[in-house]
Amino acid sequence: MSFISRGFKGRRPEGAPPGRIPPGQHLTPDFPVLSAGPTPRSPLAEWTFTVEGAVAEVRRWTWEEFRALPSEEITTDIHCVTTWSKLDTRWEGVSVDTLLEAAGADAPFVMAFCDGGYTTNLPLEDVSDGKSWVAYAYGGEPLEPEHGGPARLLVPHLYFWKSAKWVRGLRLLEEDEPGFWESLGYHMRGDPWLEQRYWGD
Amino acid sequence: VRWLVAEAVAVREETPRTRTIELAVPGWTGHRPGQHVDVRLTAEDGYQAQRSYSIGSAPRREGLELTVERIDDGEVSPYLVDELRPGDRLEVRGPIGGYFVWEPDLGGPLLLVAGGSGVVPLMSMLRHHAAVGSDVSARLVYSSRTLADVIYRGELDGLAGPAVEIVQTLTREQPAGWNGYTRRIDEALLEEVAWPPAERPLAYVCGPTLLVEAAAEALAGLGHEPARIRTERFGPTGG
Repeated sequence: MSFISRGFKGRRPEGAPPGRIPPGQHLTPDFPVLSAGPTPRSPLAEWTFTVEGAVAEVRRWTWEEFRALPSEEITTDIHCVTTWSKLDTRWEGVSVDTLLEAAGADAPFVMAFCDGGYTTNLPLEDVSDGKSWVAYAYGGEPLEPEHGGPARLLVPHLYFWKSAKWVRGLRLLEEDEPGFWESLGYHMRGDPWLEQRYWGD
Repeated sequence: VRWLVAEAVAVREETPRTRTIELAVPGWTGHRPGQHVDVRLTAEDGYQAQRSYSIGSAPRREGLELTVERIDDGEVSPYLVDELRPGDRLEVRGPIGGYFVWEPDLGGPLLLVAGGSGVVPLMSMLRHHAAVGSDVSARLVYSSRTLADVIYRGELDGLAGPAVEIVQTLTREQPAGWNGYTRRIDEALLEEVAWPPAERPLAYVCGPTLLVEAAAEALAGLGHEPARIRTERFGPTGG
């Protein structure tokens, strides 16, 4: 700590269990919306989810096929790089493991791609072994378009820009490549506990 | 991106709820219009809080100006708006963000749509536009509740000119003789004041989520390419 901001007292987090709020974050009861462009609205009849790239077999699911896959209920904390955190959010979704296994994915990196052109890159180990989902429900209701519906990636242990809204597929890659925000100054991995917000963090 | 120590060198009231803070930041290397900074405050016991704020000034080497709106139940904004005075120090790091950015080489026409304090990053673009004498056609469509809530009111009048048009709407209360718009920014209003889609304006929309959702969807509905509509949203917990 280098100095003190004269007169700043601050509000200590109230009721936050210790160890749940990463450094530089604060709790919010709301669910703020942040995105780079208009909210895409694609009809479910045209929606597909694809696993492609370095895979044994490209797999594509329609909405009905996707919803017929085994799903899980997830209760987790989420952390946005803009410094809000929200505890005990409830989701339902399909484990990314299920999708990767179906395609025979075998590469160390993935690029998630979305309606509207958004992309985000992730190491395979951050989306496998029960660490990520393609979520279609939030708080017991279908996921709202502003929050990424009909389905978004959910990778809660990383900053929330990695949980790509309107996700339409995963591309398996041999080499890591920056996605949308990662090419605009944001960190390649984005671990909130290490405060990996921007390049060089 | 390093944290830098900034010193407030001047503060001025813009509206009853917003204040502009001029910061001198040794080591600052300038920004691109539309970018923001992270601001960090440290209390006596070492407790820290940080938030992001848009830069309102045109790019310059010596520092930057933030215009901050007080969020009544916020933690950082009430300090910045009500307590901070010249000579006080805080930390900043940035500039952050490379997408919600306009520079003259991106061209236009430049359509800026703002609600409330969402005008701040758009003002950086307009000030830069003026500072470099850009001939790109620019139009700001700016929604406020009342005339007293209009941020940068006097300066906006002065910015209007051959290349720059300012369109205002006051949604809650209008002074006598008001000849601007009086309703929320919707599709019909944007159809009147935005360029036709065939002219391919580059649009930047900033403000509260509801306004941004409505304006971005209206622009897309009018036929503007989604890829030319850039948005930045201030959630209810920006404070």
